[in-house]
Amino acid sequence: MKIVVCIKQVPDTAGGVQFNPDGTLNRAAMLAIMNPDDKAGLEAALRLKDQYGAEVTVLTMGLPKADDILREAFAMGADKAVLVTDRVLGGADTWATSSTIAAALKNLEYDLIITGRQAIDGDTAQVGPQIAEHLKLPVISYAADIKIDGDSVIVKRQYEDRYHMLKAKMPCLITALSELNEPRYMTPGGIFDAYDEKEVTVWGRPDLKELDDANMGLAGSPTKIAKASDKVRKGAGEKVVLDTPEESVSYIMGKLTEKHVI
Amino acid sequence: MDFTLDKKHEMARTLFKEFAENEAKPLAQETDETEVFPRQTVEKMAKAGFLGIPVPKEYGGQGCDPLTYVMCVEELSKVCGTTGVIVSAHTSLCIDPILTYGTEEQKQKYIPKLASGEYLGAFALTEPGAGTDAQGAQTRAIKQEDGSWLVNGSKCFITNGKEANVYIVIAVTDVQVDPKGRKKKRFSAFIVEKGTPGFSFGTKEKKMGIRGSSTYELIFEDMMLPADALLGAEGKGFPIAMHTLDGGRIGIAAQALGIAEGALDRCIEYTKERKQFGRSIAQQQNTQFKIADMYTRIEAAKFLVYAAAKAKETQKVYSVEAAKAKLFAAETAMAVTTEVVQLFGGYGDIRAYDVERMMRDAKITEIYEGTSEVQRMVISGALLK
Repeated sequence: MKIVVCIKQVPDTAGGVQFNPDGTLNRAAMLAIMNPDDKAGLEAALRLKDQYGAEVTVLTMGLPKADDILREAFAMGADKAVLVTDRVLGGADTWATSSTIAAALKNLEYDLIITGRQAIDGDTAQVGPQIAEHLKLPVISYAADIKIDGDSVIVKRQYEDRYHMLKAKMPCLITALSELNEPRYMTPGGIFDAYDEKEVTVWGRPDLKELDDANMGLAGSPTKIAKASDKVRKGAGEKVVLDTPEESVSYIMGKLTEKHVI
Repeated sequence: MDFTLDKKHEMARTLFKEFAENEAKPLAQETDETEVFPRQTVEKMAKAGFLGIPVPKEYGGQGCDPLTYVMCVEELSKVCGTTGVIVSAHTSLCIDPILTYGTEEQKQKYIPKLASGEYLGAFALTEPGAGTDAQGAQTRAIKQEDGSWLVNGSKCFITNGKEANVYIVIAVTDVQVDPKGRKKKRFSAFIVEKGTPGFSFGTKEKKMGIRGSSTYELIFEDMMLPADALLGAEGKGFPIAMHTLDGGRIGIAAQALGIAEGALDRCIEYTKERKQFGRSIAQQQNTQFKIADMYTRIEAAKFLVYAAAKAKETQKVYSVEAAKAKLFAAETAMAVTTEVVQLFGGYGDIRAYDVERMMRDAKITEIYEGTSEVQRMVISGALLK
């Protein structure tokens, strides 16, 4: 079985968030870590490898320094790593990112693709399902447990108040929750091998034959950023107790109008 | 010397730091209070490969260098001196002599299990009447006609005592009389497994510091060891013990360095928060000067400790490098932790604030695996010969 895990280097929220003047993240200026949901996805892949035997490839798009998280993945037990990096791919939104990663995946063999549910920098949760859409694969989001059953996967999809048990034929794409598991530690020997013995495959724009210029980089990103901000802590909210349902509806409608939601 | 760490060492440090913060730190106070060996942490370290860091891969180890091992002990000791010394005694005092002096059979038999953490290791040289003066040792191993050994005696203050599975035991195997008629004991080293008939445990020591580290007396009563339990050549036990301790001192130097760094970290956090006379005590020049002095001294210790680790990697003999690293790092740990407790004021004396534990943990680093005075003897001996 061949598993590709899509991972992303994200700013460590403990190190503070910095923006470029155009509203995009200034990734070069921030401490960087492997996105937690993606790390859980990698751990899930490594457990499948331990249990069923598999070749695990990690794939990322990012700055050259994203090499660090690929080495970290090697040190945890990944077999191969691909870094997609090119200036013309910079400033990509979820559409351009998923188009680019899908194009990279077309260069690889896979039975299963695992992505994190969402990245802690953008919080969109769009890239995983979009990749599946580009590749015309079934997608199961919010995986809390993954089992292999012949040529299929059985996944527990976790919602806030319930879960679904879903079965899908491979190849397919799964998005993982950080609650899925506790990722293993790297090993010291794994770290030495990651730097001394293993090679990261680096692909630039010319290596992505299936990628359309119109769907990449900042220019290929339909998203326009009006404003970006660090995570804002939600307040306690407002509790209102009114006498009748009519009054409650009227109050809520008033608030929604006031906030320009409707 | 260039001590710019390359990427793999930086990543290894990140790993050790993350592990120490997540796994060892939350248990440090409880381990100290209860004096219970942190078995769970040791199992997690085994899983993460921390118990075989400088062991070649062909023996199931991690295949890393001594510097990586030193950084592991350092990072663990920043948050818990007990956890640091467990790794140090296991690696430097048990694995290292088997790797250095063991036969291929002995290496195959013990090293993979020690490196994976299935076995924990210990080293037994000290006796009630023989600390710095090893000639005072009473534990005897008498060779039998079939080549086996009959061992009687006891060892004390043994780190990882009851928790270990394999022990390197140094015993007297011969007494020679020199031309002036003075008796001189000759020692041999043995690999002893827990459960060997005649091998039992005595008192569990109640200690000032590193209270979770399981320090026990070992008792040997008519313990029979097979011929192949002999480690290295017969009669070479003393040089084997001394060379083993050279490596062990680098581990303890790393432990001391970590304790000092951990105390300074806590000091910086605390003095920025603690307000007196309308401002934080970090804004008082007395605090600033002390923090600067402590940091400078710690950095100097770090250079000596890392240099000793490099010497172990590249040199056959590294006694002086190990001695000066341990001497300076241990005295730095004691001085820094004492100063940090002082800067904490009354809170420094309160257990919940960690630093009094660090001060208690620091003291033993000036004593075990050769006191500071022994280190001075080693260093001056090399200079004055």
